[in-house]
Amino acid sequence: MSPFLFWVFALLTLIFGAAVVVNRNPVASALSLVVSFLGLAALFMSLDAFFVGIIQVLVYAGAVMVLFLFIIMLLNLQTEERRRINWLAAAGGVGVALILLVQICFVIGHFQAAGQTFPPLARSTTDDVWNIGALLFRNYNLPFQIVGVLVLVATVGVVLLSKRERR
Amino acid sequence: MITLGDYLLVSGILFSIGFAGVMLRRNLIIILMSLELMLNAANLSLVAFSRFCLDPSGLPNYNAQVFVFFIITVAAAEVAVGLAILVALFRARQTTDVRDISSLKF
Amino acid sequence: MNSILPWIILLAPLLSAAVTTLFTLRWKTLSCSISIVAVLVSFACSCLIFAQHTTVAAEFTWIGISGVFQVPFGLTLDPLSRTMVVLVSGIGAIIHIYSLGYMRDDDGKSRYFAALSLFMFAMLGIVLANNFVMLFMFWELVGFTSYVLIGHWFYRDAAADAAKKAFITTRIGDFGFMVGILMVWIATGSVVFAEIAPRMSTLASHSTFVTVVALLVFCGAVGKSAQFPLHVWLPDAMEGPTPISALIHAATMVAAGVYMLVRIAFVIQSSQTALLVIAWIGTITAVMAALIATQQNDIKRILAYSTLSQLGYMVMAVGLASNDAAMFHLFTHAFFKALLFLAAGSVIVMLHHEQDIWKMGGLSRRLPITFVTFAVGALALIGCPPFSGFFSKDAILALAYERNTPIFAVALFTAFLTAFYVIRMLVIVFFGAPHSDIARESRESPPVMTVPLTVLALLAALGGFSFFARNFLTLPVEKEVPSLVPVLAILALIVGSGLAIALYRNRAHDPIDVEVLRHKFYFDEFYSWVIYWTQELLARVSGFFDRWIIDAGAVGGSSRGTWGIGALLRLVQVGNLQAYVFLFGLGVVAIIYFAVFR
Repeated sequence: MSPFLFWVFALLTLIFGAAVVVNRNPVASALSLVVSFLGLAALFMSLDAFFVGIIQVLVYAGAVMVLFLFIIMLLNLQTEERRRINWLAAAGGVGVALILLVQICFVIGHFQAAGQTFPPLARSTTDDVWNIGALLFRNYNLPFQIVGVLVLVATVGVVLLSKRERR
Repeated sequence: MITLGDYLLVSGILFSIGFAGVMLRRNLIIILMSLELMLNAANLSLVAFSRFCLDPSGLPNYNAQVFVFFIITVAAAEVAVGLAILVALFRARQTTDVRDISSLKF
Repeated sequence: MNSILPWIILLAPLLSAAVTTLFTLRWKTLSCSISIVAVLVSFACSCLIFAQHTTVAAEFTWIGISGVFQVPFGLTLDPLSRTMVVLVSGIGAIIHIYSLGYMRDDDGKSRYFAALSLFMFAMLGIVLANNFVMLFMFWELVGFTSYVLIGHWFYRDAAADAAKKAFITTRIGDFGFMVGILMVWIATGSVVFAEIAPRMSTLASHSTFVTVVALLVFCGAVGKSAQFPLHVWLPDAMEGPTPISALIHAATMVAAGVYMLVRIAFVIQSSQTALLVIAWIGTITAVMAALIATQQNDIKRILAYSTLSQLGYMVMAVGLASNDAAMFHLFTHAFFKALLFLAAGSVIVMLHHEQDIWKMGGLSRRLPITFVTFAVGALALIGCPPFSGFFSKDAILALAYERNTPIFAVALFTAFLTAFYVIRMLVIVFFGAPHSDIARESRESPPVMTVPLTVLALLAALGGFSFFARNFLTLPVEKEVPSLVPVLAILALIVGSGLAIALYRNRAHDPIDVEVLRHKFYFDEFYSWVIYWTQELLARVSGFFDRWIIDAGAVGGSSRGTWGIGALLRLVQVGNLQAYVFLFGLGVVAIIYFAVFR
């Protein structure tokens, strides 16, 4: 993928990711997050991970964010008013995040493989979905089943948690 | 050309943004969204490595992508449960401000 | 009897002081009597000892840390100390009797006599001490009693301040003295004079050390004998009663400095540099005091400055390495200065405590005996033959001529000035027309005051002759003294007196006005300025340090620091979710740091 496109989508992801954190309107935050996910999906595509990219769009942007928006609407959350910023806490938070970022950059910098471009992929007779599915059902069957149970439990839990207390 | 390091850098920045969001915002919904950002940053990192480490037959190492699959699934479940808790909380306290839920002090 | 007699001389006044202070303060006449009896006993014993030349005093050890520090408590009885004991107790006795008249109407008579007795004890102690430690103890005691006596009328601010000034100034000199004593002890291992003298020769090679030691010990004399630059206390000390000025600040205490220098000549004469410094300080004091005296208008101040000047002469003689000349002048000076002060006191009391000479005048007719005795003293002071002052001053001038010509020139000039201001004083006070009513109506003093005056006048007149003085002192040997010296001296005297008579005869106020001299060369102002600045600076620095470093820094800092740490630690438990996340993040950062970067 051409570097230009990569950077466009990377910047898209990052800028809208920052917008999520900065925006005071929850709906605007949620929608920024959607765009961010879309940018991420494009990045996945650029890495020849087509299945994961599609899943990202379908599940994350399509289901999870919709859920978020539903909840925001349900709770009728308004735009937060401007309030007095606690500069000390803000400084502390930003500071820790920055230090973390610096450390990450440092580690990446010293990782000798980081300077290499991606090796060319061989052509495969089977496509991406088939490959992942094969791996999933053959090697990771048990975790797959357990995740299924997890999702079931989550569903039941959600239903239980959002029940109104009947007298 | 794009290197592995570029993807990792983007992943790192995204992670830091998400972490800052968790620390700095008061609204619980925004916190949950920032959490999602963090998870996605990890996903990006995994997929980049998957593409980078080819198995002997020249195909990407799909183990990482399976991992990402699981992460997405579990994240979805977690968001669902989290939001349900949030709704219950909202019904009890009429607020989504994280500072108002401080009963667990000791 | 032999070994106890010297102790009686010393302890009789002490006993009197103790008894008076503890028991008889209320009964004034009794206190006076006890004190006078004590001093007469001392005088009698002194004469006895003087007559028998072979008395040895009993000695006992006070501090005895063997090998390290031995301080005996003993009395030295060589010819020098015997003479001094007679002098001190004799003049002391005269002044005790005079004080009966002078302090007749004073309320504090008892405590005055008690302090006076204590002073006699201390002064005799200085004269009789045989080691440095004892000398220093009595030195300090003399300073203390001087403080008490100067401030006798303590309810007057001027007197209280003058007493403080005297004590503090002499204390500065005493500090140098103490350091000098310590250095001598360290160098020679002993504090006893007789033991140190032979050991000084072993130190001769370390000339710097010996010079420093000599100069430090000289500091004590600078303070006590009011030499430049510590002379500032003596004129102010005139706030005390006149008999005290006579006794302490003319005849005895101030002479203690010179006596001490003579006593420890073995230390001072080991260093030529020190001797030169001492001689010049004496000379500077002499000429400076004489200059200031020409412009003073208080009769006691003039006499105080003349004391300073004559002390300068004595110190000059010590510096020129002739102890005999110095002691001779001390001897004669004691007589005529005490006489002058007592006569001045007689004038003051008869004029109802008026001290300004421009309010006197024509007193030769009204106070005849006082006038005659005063004149005798004045003539002795200016060195007019055949009075005692002529012989002793001449000896010093001859010495200076022989050994150091610049000093001789200055000393001669000082002699001229001395004649000038003394005759000035004489003319203004006793001749001409009375300048005020008090002067017009004055009468002669009672015999209790005039008899001591007469006795002293006789001594001042005759004391210089060798047939008299020979019994007391070794007179300075006059080698071929060129007759130039006495001639020059008499010339200076005549010129000075003539000038004074010409300028001041029949005047109502001073024709000359030299402000620098009137303000005593601004020494007091200079010292106050120095003290103000050093104290002020020190106070400010200490204040700053105390307020900002100790209070704000250490105390405030530790309290605020503890508070801050507590506030920080409190974050862990406040139930604030985001604080927990923050700490979580901090932990992650720390782990990464330790895992990756170390």
